[in-house]
Order: sequence, then C-alpha cells, then structure tokens
Amino acid sequence: MKLFVCVKHVPDSAAHIAIIDHIRIDENISFLLNPYDEHALTEAVRIREMNPGSEVIAVCLGKADAEKTLRSAMAMGADRGILIKTDKRHDSIETALALKTAIEQDGSPALIFTGKESIDDQGMQTLFRLGALFDFPAATNVVRLDIVSGKAVTDTEFSGGVVSTYEMSLPCVIGAGKRLNTPKYPTVRDVMRSRKSPIQAFEFSDLNMETPKARMEVIELIPYIQKRQPKEITGSPSEIAQKIVEILKNEAKVL
Amino acid sequence: MTKHVGVIPELDGRGLKEADMGMITLARQKDTHLFALVLDGSDETLKEKLSSYGVSTLVDIRLAGDLQHNPEVRAKAVIGAVKKFGISAVFGLSTARGKDLLPRIAALLESPLVMDCFNVDLEANIAETSRYSGKTLAKIKVTGPVPIFGIRPNAKEPVREPVSAKIIQFDAGAIASTQLRVVKTGETGKGSKISLAEAEIIISGGRGMKNGENFTQLFQCAEKLNAAVGASRVAVDSGWVPYALQVGQTGEKVSPKVYIACGISGSIQHFAGMKTSGMVIAINLDTAAPIMSNCDYYAVADALEVVPELTKLLEKSACVT
Ligand SMILES: Cc1cc2nc3c(=O)[nH]c(=O)nc-3n(C[C@H](O)[C@H](O)[C@H](O)COP(=O)(O)OP(=O)(O)OC[C@H]3O[C@@H](n4cnc5c(N)ncnc54)[C@H](O)[C@@H]3O)c2cc1C
Ligand SMILES: Nc1ncnc2c1ncn2[C@@H]1O[C@H](COP(=O)(O)O)[C@@H](O)[C@H]1O
Repeated sequence: MKLFVCVKHVPDSAAHIAIIDHIRIDENISFLLNPYDEHALTEAVRIREMNPGSEVIAVCLGKADAEKTLRSAMAMGADRGILIKTDKRHDSIETALALKTAIEQDGSPALIFTGKESIDDQGMQTLFRLGALFDFPAATNVVRLDIVSGKAVTDTEFSGGVVSTYEMSLPCVIGAGKRLNTPKYPTVRDVMRSRKSPIQAFEFSDLNMETPKARMEVIELIPYIQKRQPKEITGSPSEIAQKIVEILKNEAKVL
Repeated sequence: MTKHVGVIPELDGRGLKEADMGMITLARQKDTHLFALVLDGSDETLKEKLSSYGVSTLVDIRLAGDLQHNPEVRAKAVIGAVKKFGISAVFGLSTARGKDLLPRIAALLESPLVMDCFNVDLEANIAETSRYSGKTLAKIKVTGPVPIFGIRPNAKEPVREPVSAKIIQFDAGAIASTQLRVVKTGETGKGSKISLAEAEIIISGGRGMKNGENFTQLFQCAEKLNAAVGASRVAVDSGWVPYALQVGQTGEKVSPKVYIACGISGSIQHFAGMKTSGMVIAINLDTAAPIMSNCDYYAVADALEVVPELTKLLEKSACVT
C-alpha cells in the first residue's frame, strides 16, 4: 500500500511575523513541519506497521528550503519524500491540484493523509479539494482511524464533545486532528537515518498543469494590532468578583 | 443587478442561533436577495425569525431522512439549490460543522473559499480573515464561480432588517452517497454544553488552576454566567480537561464578547485563539504575565479565590431577579 502524507513547511508558530510591502512576510524565520501534519504522519506510520510491505511517502509543495520539513517527516518515519519546488505561494486550489498530480505520478494511493489545517494559511480545505480531484471521500478533524474490512472508519470531533463516526470507502483522505495520536519525537538516530532517505525533487512547472480558473489571492497582510489598554481591578477576592460582575453588566452588557 | 446570496443557518434544537443572525447580517449587502438554505427542517417561526434579518426566501431543502446527517449529501443538496436558484455567493459559519460542510461544497463546485472570515465585501469579492496563527489579518480576493465564505461566529453583531419572506420547498432528489456513510453521531459526555466557538462568554483556565478538580470551580461559574469553559494547552496536556476545550493556535479559535482568563499566562499560541475577543479579563498572580499587559481588565489575584466569589455573587443576583 502506498500511504501518502501531505506535509507543509510553515513558519514556526512562535516566530515573529514581520510584514513586507503589505503583502508578504519576512521569511527569514524558522520554518517547520505543520503541527497537524505531524499527527497525519504518525498515523500513516502506524497504518504502515500494521500492513507489511506498505510505504509512507511525504509530499510537499514549497520552496527549496522545505527539504528540511521533508527530512523531519522522514525522521518521524516516512520512507521517502517528494518535493515540488516553487518560489510562489499557491492557494489551496492550485496546491491541491499540484499535490494530486505529483501523487498520481508516483502511483495509486491507498490512503492520503493531511492535517486538518495549516497554521500559516489556515485554509481548512486542501484535504477536501484533494478528495474531490481524486473522487475520494474525505473527513476532517479525524481523532480516530481504523481500517476495517477494506473501509476506513473514522471519528470526526465537533464542538461540545460531539463525535460523528464515518465509514469511508478506500482510498480516502484523512484530515488529522490533534487528538488522533501523540507524535513521538525523533531520536538522534532517526535524524541520522533520515539524512540518507531519498527525496525526489522537481519544479512546480514540471507538472505542466493548467492554471485553475478559481483563485484566492492575498492582496494585503495587516499586522494584528493589539489595541487593549489594561485597567487594574483591585481589592480583596470578593471585591474583585464584585467589580467583575459590574463590568459584565454595565460595560460588556452580557448579564 | 440583484445578487442571489445563499446563507446556511446552522440550526440547533432551539432554532436560529445568535451566530447565524450575525452571519446573515454580514451577508446582507447592497443589492442582495438573501436565500436561506435550510437543511434541518423549516417552519413558520423560523421564517419569521429569518425574515426579520433580511432573508426574503427560505429554501426548505428536503433530504431523504436517513441521509440528513451525511455531510457529503448535505454538500450536494446545497449545490443543487445553488444551481436551481442562481445563487452567486454562499455564506455559512466557520464552526466545527461548517468546517465539515463548506469546504466540501467549495471542492465540488471548484469555488474559492475563505474560512474564518471577519468581514466580506461582496462587491469587490474581498474577504478578511486571519493568517499566520492569527498574527496577521489578510485580505483575500476571490475569483471564480460562487465564492463561499465561512464566517467566524460572533464576528458581526446581528442587526435586524425585517422583510417579507416566502418558503419554497426544494427536493434535493436522490443523492447517492456511496463513498461516505455516517455510522453514528453521539456525545462523548465530555466538554461543556455551550459550544466554545459560539459562546458569548468564555471562562478559561490554565496552569494556574493547578488540577482538574479546581476546574469544577470554572464549570460552576460558567453555569451561572451562561458561559463556556475553555482551557490552555497546559491544562489539556495535564489531563485536567478534554482537548475539545483547548483555546489557541492548535485548539479552538474563539471571539466571545468576554473572555475571562484564569491562571493563563497569555502565550503567543494561546492569544492566537482568543485575541479577537471583545473584552479580555485576566486573573493572574503575576503582574508580569504577558496577558496582563494585553487585556482590558486585570486583577493581580489568586484565581482559586476569585472564581468561587464570582460564582457566589452570581448565585445571589440570580435569586433577586
Ligand atoms: C506548536 C505549538 C502549539 C501550541 N498551541 C497552543 C494552544 O492552542 N493553546 C494554548 O493555550 N497553548 C498552546 N501552546 C502552548 C503555549 O506555548 C503555552 O505553553 C501555554 O499556552 C501555556 O499555558 P498556561 O498559560 O496555562 O501556563 P503558564 O504559561 O505556565 O501560565 C500559568 C499562569 O498562571 C499563573 N498562576 C499560577 N497560579 C495562579 C493562581 N492561583 N491564580 C492566578 N494565576 C495563577 C502564573 O502566574 C502564570 O502566568 C502551543 C505551543 C506550541 C509549541
Ligand atoms: N503546500 C503544501 N504542501 C503539502 N501539503 C499541504 C500544502 N498545503 C496544504 N497542505 C496539506 O493540507 C492540509 C490543510 O491545509 P490548509 O487547507 O491550508 O489548511 C495541511 O495540513 C497539509 O497536510
């Protein structure tokens, strides 16, 4: 079985984001594997262990530097990587198309894993677009996956602790949620071994894709300005509580 | 020319939600005719309510009973209605349910989609959303057929604008669902009753709550406040509360009117999930905690002492009214 995992190279969530020309960010910061994709990868590795002869292939569309993210993916257990190199930022429509084309060139997927969301674009849609392009079913925020008699049984978590169990035909697309598993961080040996794992890299333009008609284009980035001016509430615990109630009533008007 | 705009209200047991009304208010723009695409059954009461927010046509989408909860079928039924009524833009909510429905519609229609929008300009086709773990706002220009917008709950204050409305039944027809089957839907029994994403008030606890038992204080207070309980990642990772309560970059993104942070330091990743809250009140022992310089009110105090006092006061005032 070929198990593909889509991994995105994203700015570290702790990094300071500086905006250049109101439209892009200063990329001179640390980038890493998208946190949800770690769960996707961990799950793919788990499925591989249960199905001898299977292979986990990490696929990434990103700048040349994204090789690092593929190395992290291989340190976490992927057998090899595919890097579609680009200097541009692509929207989810084009990204899904590129990932689909690259996956198809490699072979037929048994399962495709993604994260439920990328922390930079926060698009929440690449997995469904991949599903539609392949005509595979898809599920997002998956917190449990079982393969039972040739079908994928998944739990998707909604708010308020509500869970829906879906049964999907294979192949399908699994959008990993945080509660799916606990990623194990690689040991030094894993990291050493991953340096030797193969990465197949090629240019985005080599995919020879048509430009999709629909587009989502960032036209402006604006720093999120914090405008809050803190005021202190003082007194004993009960006086503080009293003042909070007054604020909720008179100022916030929620009581 | 009048634009036909579809809005998908997310009905719960009690009908239209506050967040739905805000979303509809945002969809109501110059030269729009609003169609509510209702998947969960409609009646006169719902029509009255929707029409008071500017919905002129309620499309009562009829689905085969046992396929009601199938997100693939729901997406295809919405697409059927979009085609039938010449709808040129669709608005929904960026809730957990919305995240399972709107991207399916966009993927099948090959439409542009922006989730978690604070604002949408239908004339220019520009949506405002957040990027980079909430550290920046982004204006996104969408091009292509039937753009879809997932609106962040509470991003817009609902404003009434009554119109007269009619109900049209729309039979979605026999929609095949061979690839995805809903086995069951149920509650895990964990988590608070009010959904985090939609709550008007959230009271959240972090490491400062010290253990899972102390979270009971927050649940009791939340009940009196009609609030949802949230948590920092530390509280979740320590096993004090389930992951569903986590607020932040890798948890829920919330915009309540009031966010009360108890024993939470205010890390970048926590802020990523709650910085768009209306008012932030912090209770923390440490004046130097980042949240103390980035809130509307702060108290340098022990949350474990203040929260029970708050609950007591609210109990009293509930008795008076
Ligand atoms: C990739 C990544 C993703 C992450 N995602 C998230 C996320 O989604 N959400 C999230 O929250 N975090 C997230 N984090 C973790 C984040 O970096 C912080 O570690 C976390 O938010 C800290 O939680 P805290 O504020 O509860 O704990 P601390 O930072 O330890 O703060 C505890 C605070 O409680 C105060 N305190 C102690 N006792 C009391 C008392 N009795 N009364 C009042 N105050 C008291 C202390 O003064 C302190 O300020 C993420 C981290 C990474 C690397
Ligand atoms: N450029 C990319 N390369 C590889 N995978 C991606 C890329 N963009 C998105 N994905 C995958 O799609 C998921 C959802 O991304 P998004 O739709 O942007 O929120 C991510 O968690 C990744 O698994």
